Amino acid sequence: MNDIAIRVENLGKRYRIGTAPERYKTLRDTLVAGLNAPIRRLRRGISTGHSASGSNMIWALRDISFEVPRGKVLGIVGRNGAGKSTLLKILSRVTEPTEGSAEIYGRVGSLLEVGTGFHPELTGRENIYLNGAILGMKRLEIERKFDEIVAFSEVEQFIDTPVKRFSSGMYLRLAFAVAAHLEPEILVVDEVLAVGDAEFQRKCMGKMSDVAQAGRTVLFVSHNMSAVLRLTEETLVLDKGRLVYRAPTPQAVDYYMAAGFTGAGEHAWTSDEIPAGAAPFTPLVLRLRDNKGQVVDTLRSTEPISVEIEYRLDQPITGLRVGIYLLTMRGEYVFTSFDLDDPARFEQLGSRQAGHYISRCTIPANTLNEGRYVLAVNASSFRVKRYFWDDHALAFSVDATGAPGKQWPEPRMGPVRPALDWEIERL
Amino acid sequence: MATDQLTKSHQDVVILHPTHGLAALNLRDLWVYRELVLFLAWRDVLVRYKQTVLGAAWAVIQPIVQMVVFTFIFSKAAGLSSEGVPYPIFNYTALLPWGLFSKAMNDAGRSLVNNRNMITKIYFPRLTIPVASVLAGLVDFGIAFLVYIVIILFYTLSPGSTFTFHLSPALLTLPLFIILALVAALGVSLWFSAANVLYRDVGHILPFLTQIWFFVTPIVYSSSEVSTQWQIVYALNPLTGVVEGFRWSLLGIHSLPWQMLAISAGVAVVILISGLIYFRNMERTFADEI
Repeated sequence: MNDIAIRVENLGKRYRIGTAPERYKTLRDTLVAGLNAPIRRLRRGISTGHSASGSNMIWALRDISFEVPRGKVLGIVGRNGAGKSTLLKILSRVTEPTEGSAEIYGRVGSLLEVGTGFHPELTGRENIYLNGAILGMKRLEIERKFDEIVAFSEVEQFIDTPVKRFSSGMYLRLAFAVAAHLEPEILVVDEVLAVGDAEFQRKCMGKMSDVAQAGRTVLFVSHNMSAVLRLTEETLVLDKGRLVYRAPTPQAVDYYMAAGFTGAGEHAWTSDEIPAGAAPFTPLVLRLRDNKGQVVDTLRSTEPISVEIEYRLDQPITGLRVGIYLLTMRGEYVFTSFDLDDPARFEQLGSRQAGHYISRCTIPANTLNEGRYVLAVNASSFRVKRYFWDDHALAFSVDATGAPGKQWPEPRMGPVRPALDWEIERL
Repeated sequence: MATDQLTKSHQDVVILHPTHGLAALNLRDLWVYRELVLFLAWRDVLVRYKQTVLGAAWAVIQPIVQMVVFTFIFSKAAGLSSEGVPYPIFNYTALLPWGLFSKAMNDAGRSLVNNRNMITKIYFPRLTIPVASVLAGLVDFGIAFLVYIVIILFYTLSPGSTFTFHLSPALLTLPLFIILALVAALGVSLWFSAANVLYRDVGHILPFLTQIWFFVTPIVYSSSEVSTQWQIVYALNPLTGVVEGFRWSLLGIHSLPWQMLAISAGVAVVILISGLIYFRNMERTFADEI
């Protein structure tokens, strides 16, 4: 009768700004605030009753309602800060909603905590037991699956070695193996596929399809649209804490990839799109210019395209590189390029001083096929810090008029449309 | 009706909604996760002496060194009475429950913050963490107790010793005093571990409080040193009852101070229950605030 796995009604979660994990209160702060509060209230006149709804509260999630039938694989997509992680945290009971309710039918296992509770000093074997217990497995259950977990992780010969001596790949495989054998009725997966090598990713995806085929429910959060397309039937699109779209995955992905774009050929970042961790890097505008220097949304395949990233540095950053990713509407990467790709320039620009900058590059003529593309922006210091990342900064169209092969009115396969030098030799 | 059937066909339906007012204690949750409590305690014990040269010997060295130092300072130098028992035994008998309590308070008080990566990512009853931390102290207590037996044998068997150990029925009550020590330790730990999530001041208070608590507990001296009109106030420290109970049960010192014990036990229970209530109410925001 009841085939619902998850039912969410008007779910909302409000955070106080400044409750970021690194910050904590001291008793003194509370005492000072406590002493000041009555004074502040007096100044404001009679208290309005809910000072909590002041400007220092933000809704990470609001008015979310949906149902997930049992056995469904549901994708959840959204830009950074759209509330995906908050939603998963509520559904996996880590945090309480501020309003609304959710009903969960069955055990929830989440792959957002791969390796959580692993202790570096303990051996692989000890960690399997400990991690299993933390994830809610009984000791007998762990014992029964122990060999399977070890086999899946491929770390047999190191199983009695402290995991602090593991390579990061081994660590990850072992952690995933434990989580993957939890056999929950509902599996929540958050971007674990972004880590690990290709072989590991293939294995994870395989395990996820197994879970889905066994009739269990999967919630899959990812920035990787091709993975979402491959694994899920239906997808939710979240934007700024709200559920804005729900549809079969192909439509939802199209909607998401096209959403939020004004079609102006430029994207100016607003302060709420810039995470606090980005400082001292502040992205300003991303622009596309055609051959004549006009900012346009539709560009011609046969003309060079100029890409500009305007940003500000409040302090010098060592090793900073600013770059773009070009993606198709299906989320497949076409290429990646950084402003310090040239080794000579990289040597020369070791540290970038504070100031206002534009990094500009040109995509040569006859590069892209017709269609719609997405630009992502990344500003990082290699292996040090990723200052800023917007995987969905701007979408644009390419018009192939006059491009090679246009005499045949047929769509061409593939995202690139180069003008190749053909020779035809008669032998 | 319909909802009842629904819940029955899916035993583990969980309804998540904001909670208001006093949280239910809901200790059943803790029972369901009892294996996790044991695993976490086991982890704490395993990890504690990893990568140390002396390993579990530390559980022996600490109380013995304390006992030797206290014997010199308080018995030889200050000349405090030890109720007719050799001072080292008198002192060590009190160090046993004190060690259990102070270790539990310090470890468990910091336990939630030390396990923040688990708390922010997975659901499990948060109570398991401080409870496991307190239980892990029982292993050190066990080791220290073995040393106690050795000390007793040493004093009984060494020639010319006037000390004899009596196997009295009072010994059977010892587990009750251990439980009382655990109740007090857990109660205090719940308060501190939950408060530490919001106020890291707790980390600074703990060592300092431990020191003061040590001296308001009859460890290096006998509670008979405290004048009669203050005995009642003195008993408000739950550790007073525990230590006196240990001395009575193991050494037959005094007759059992019923009144003192009742007050200490009452205070310990009040701390535990209020600690549980405080912890449960703070728990909702642990993941957001920690």
